[in-house]
Amino acid sequence: MLRRRPAVTDAEAQAHSEHVGLMHQFEDLDQQLDTDTLGIWVFLVTEIMFFGGMFTAYVLYRGLYFMAFEGGSRILDVRLGATNTAVLIASSLTMVLSVRAAQTGNRRALIGFLIATMILGSVFLGIKGFEYHQKFVEHVVPGLDWAPEGATLAHIAPGGLGHAQMFFIFYFAMTGLHAIHMIIGMGLLLWLLVRAYRNRFTPHYFAPVEVVALYWHFVDIVWIFLFPLLYLIGGRY
Amino acid sequence: MAHHVVPQKTYVMVFLSLLVLTALTTGVAFIDLGPFNTVAALAIAFCKMSLVVYFFMHLRQSKGLVRIVALAGFFWFALLMGLTLNDYHTRNWTPTPQPWSVTAPPTHP
Repeated sequence: MLRRRPAVTDAEAQAHSEHVGLMHQFEDLDQQLDTDTLGIWVFLVTEIMFFGGMFTAYVLYRGLYFMAFEGGSRILDVRLGATNTAVLIASSLTMVLSVRAAQTGNRRALIGFLIATMILGSVFLGIKGFEYHQKFVEHVVPGLDWAPEGATLAHIAPGGLGHAQMFFIFYFAMTGLHAIHMIIGMGLLLWLLVRAYRNRFTPHYFAPVEVVALYWHFVDIVWIFLFPLLYLIGGRY
Repeated sequence: MAHHVVPQKTYVMVFLSLLVLTALTTGVAFIDLGPFNTVAALAIAFCKMSLVVYFFMHLRQSKGLVRIVALAGFFWFALLMGLTLNDYHTRNWTPTPQPWSVTAPPTHP
């Protein structure tokens, strides 16, 4: 316990903890958790459609401008992409462990795992930011700084410069949309952290942690598909 | 009611599997398998997604309704993607009728 609370008997604590966080429209916390879980899943289905449109467009254009997409893909740094994948998977682990900490009523562990998740999320965004910076250095940012030269140019020229621009439009749009989701997730984690610090969660009431965790895992899944599609299937052998 | 708490070990094992699959997909990308490079990359990504959904997103313990909603989402996306690709890949299977071909719109988006 980081902060002392007034002493209560076990029976009082039990009775209190079974009702804390219960909204008046629900019978009990179990029903509330089921409703919350279903609600976030319905939202995630809309997110599948949201990202799905971009994935479908990517697949179509890759088929049309295959060579240009392969050339563009080879310019991306696999080591950074793979590192970021590992970082995001690790953040999913700390996220699910923070749900577990909330379920077992371990406030210290909950706060620790939430902070760990936020640190890993920041590392991901930091690496992503560095990659964006690299793209500006290489002048392969469509619309803002498109003047590839040297080895970069040699890579993408055979497939057509204009079509390679299309690949980078998809690269920035898809990773950018993903990064925006990460930033929103970081905000939600901060909100959870404040509530965990104020001791608002009990082993019976942890729905907000579970709901944010489901969102965070979904963002992880999007990256699990972005990594091979953008970084790997460019014929690197 | 106390909730079913999954052992920490399960989560760590899933995490390690995901790391192994990430290393595997990265390694496979450097071997020439022809068109199977794309197939392998997507198959491994699909396995990783299944692990995350089943264990981390607790679909394993979820009620039937939640499972149906989750699966319906992925299924519906597969339908939309499949039908779109079906359209684009079969457009040139039949010849364009003569009166149309003069002003025919481009077959690509």
